[in-house]
Amino acid sequence: MRFVDEFRDPDLGRALAGEILASVEPGRHYKVMEVCGGHTHSIYKYGIDDLLPENVELVHGPGCPVCVIPMGRVDDGIAIAKQPGVIFTCFGDMMRIPGSNGSLLDAKAEGADVRMVYSPLDALRIAKRNPDRDVVFFAIGFETTAPSTALTLKRARAEGVPNFLCMCNHVTIVPPLRALLDSPDLRLDGFIGPGHVSTVVGARPFEFIPADYGKPVVISGFEPLDVLQSIQMILRQLAEGRCEVENQYTRVVPYEGNLRALEVMSEVFQLRPHFEWRGLGFISQSALALSDAYADLDAERRYEVPGVRVADPKACQCGEVLKGVIKPWECKVFGTACTPERPIGTCMVSPEGACAAYYNYGRYAREREVV
Amino acid sequence: MTEAPPQSREERILGIIETARAKRPRFRDEQITMSHGAGGKATQSLIEGLLVPALENDALAALGDAGTIAVDGASLALTTDSFVVKPLRFPGGSIGELAVNGTVNDLAVSGARPLALSLSLILEEGLPADQLRQEVQAVADAAERAGVAVVTGDTKVVERGHADGMYACTSGVGVVDPRASTATAALRPGDRIIVSGSIGEHGTAIMLARDEFELEAEIESDTRSLWPAVDALLQEAGPSLRCMRDATRGGVASALNELARASHVAMLVSEAAVPVHPAVAGAAELLGIDPMYVANEGKLVAFVAPEAAGAALDALRSVDGCEEAAEIGEVRTEPPGMVLVDTAFGGRRVMDLLAGDPLPRIC
Repeated sequence: MRFVDEFRDPDLGRALAGEILASVEPGRHYKVMEVCGGHTHSIYKYGIDDLLPENVELVHGPGCPVCVIPMGRVDDGIAIAKQPGVIFTCFGDMMRIPGSNGSLLDAKAEGADVRMVYSPLDALRIAKRNPDRDVVFFAIGFETTAPSTALTLKRARAEGVPNFLCMCNHVTIVPPLRALLDSPDLRLDGFIGPGHVSTVVGARPFEFIPADYGKPVVISGFEPLDVLQSIQMILRQLAEGRCEVENQYTRVVPYEGNLRALEVMSEVFQLRPHFEWRGLGFISQSALALSDAYADLDAERRYEVPGVRVADPKACQCGEVLKGVIKPWECKVFGTACTPERPIGTCMVSPEGACAAYYNYGRYAREREVV
Repeated sequence: MTEAPPQSREERILGIIETARAKRPRFRDEQITMSHGAGGKATQSLIEGLLVPALENDALAALGDAGTIAVDGASLALTTDSFVVKPLRFPGGSIGELAVNGTVNDLAVSGARPLALSLSLILEEGLPADQLRQEVQAVADAAERAGVAVVTGDTKVVERGHADGMYACTSGVGVVDPRASTATAALRPGDRIIVSGSIGEHGTAIMLARDEFELEAEIESDTRSLWPAVDALLQEAGPSLRCMRDATRGGVASALNELARASHVAMLVSEAAVPVHPAVAGAAELLGIDPMYVANEGKLVAFVAPEAAGAALDALRSVDGCEEAAEIGEVRTEPPGMVLVDTAFGGRRVMDLLAGDPLPRIC
């Protein structure tokens, strides 16, 4: 595929990996967090961590939009899905996420009309075909996906589709990063900044990280060469004693972001005073709700939801894993009570989560030997 | 008595995980969800945790694509399969053709020459008769091409809304070829892994035929009988042919994982060597799917002893529809039960069974 394969060239990858190996200080351990789940996916898909020196460790951050949805929100979604006449739509990977009493996939098996969609526009199309039923779209994601939800809501309004509703779980990237950085036990040297979020918000919102916390940030693309180059740029900042926001993904990310998208978001959404993140707890002003102008399309206002907070299990130490304080296997429930088949915490839920990855690949990653 | 060296906590935890993995999966779910039909971990727990223990016998426990039974000195292979594909017709095939080839292929990759099939049809009230005629014709044509006879059958009709147009079930019987000595537990380190052609076409064709994505591409299902391919492999490799699997639901990745477990071996696959057509690669890229997990209906994976691999590959390539057959990797010793892949970019990673599949009812 043209314009894609160029960013997956194995020879360039090997050369870059060689440069990284030559540039690290042998005695020093580097911990770099990739904030975004998309980067985690690339890292696994291409085996990028396998190309890094042993003393460069990647820590998987809180940027997997499915993983951060707390159980209580899943329960609220299921409660709406079970209302008579409702068609409940969500992205496929959301369907397997456990609430306190089963997942949306279980609710579907029990008779709820839960359908997988690939975009909010699919949900709008279903709403137009079923005018006598309420079609609820379970919206998730960071600033990356929020504009498409916002535009769909605007279109529903413009085309007069009153049975299209949204249960909004959109979250914002900066507050959880600040929460991570504020924790006194944080052990990270730098951040791979989220590329897709930055196409919307730009690079400016990340300037507080070097300015207030002294950690370098490199906004990165998602192809394997992008990620490797971004790691190299972070290591270079560390070696040179620099600390700033750099943009590796210049072919897509403008420094100021996408003003039109931000405008649409501010029209359709308003900040929630606080929102719960699985593994990280409540973070103020970290999520979006529909604005009052769109109250009539807000599923949470149309339907009663339990709104009960389901506490993360006490033994779960996802927060510490996310901060890089402990390794997955150091968590009290890892591999015993908490497994990919029956996850307790956010890091075990998605295959991209730090614990699920370690559970599946841990022994191999340690031994690095195929005989 | 020597004292074991003190175990680190990490070692101990990894030990617990390894033990849990090696155990037969248990079926503990409270109800059936769509993931039990997806060919990944949930399907595995359903089969190995519920069905195999309840129906316990050696032929079933081998978990082959067909069970083998001895009848008066002859070795017969028996298999069965149900087809619930949606839509009924798709580029490159239809449910009728699939119902014949799917069962013929389960026999073929078990080293058995297909002899005869049964056909059961579950029809939904209101199904247009012309649609049924088309599918019956598709069954007849596919059976003729595969050289099998449909010797018995059954029909049932259910109320509107209780079946999606029609479902088809076929069972097949075949005689195990005297040249065949294949078994799921027969893989040895050093064996070469061969696929019989480009992968991912059936699943991708179905996905696009459902019109859920605004994507158009010239991709056709690869449904076809694999007996000619198997015949060529048996002729050329004989006892060096360790095992075959048709890479249907769950794709090549799932077939490799099942056999790595059954034979307690590791596998190392070279991603760059796996044949994938550009249109399939493009659709998979856009949809975020790995072609290694996408279903095929006319592709097999064969494991051949290293000394016979070259000849087996040549023989396979001379068969219609297998021109793009390729060696994609080899069997290793460690870590047992796991499949690893060297990515085209140069890194190495694990290629595990999927926990669930986002694409139901592909066959």
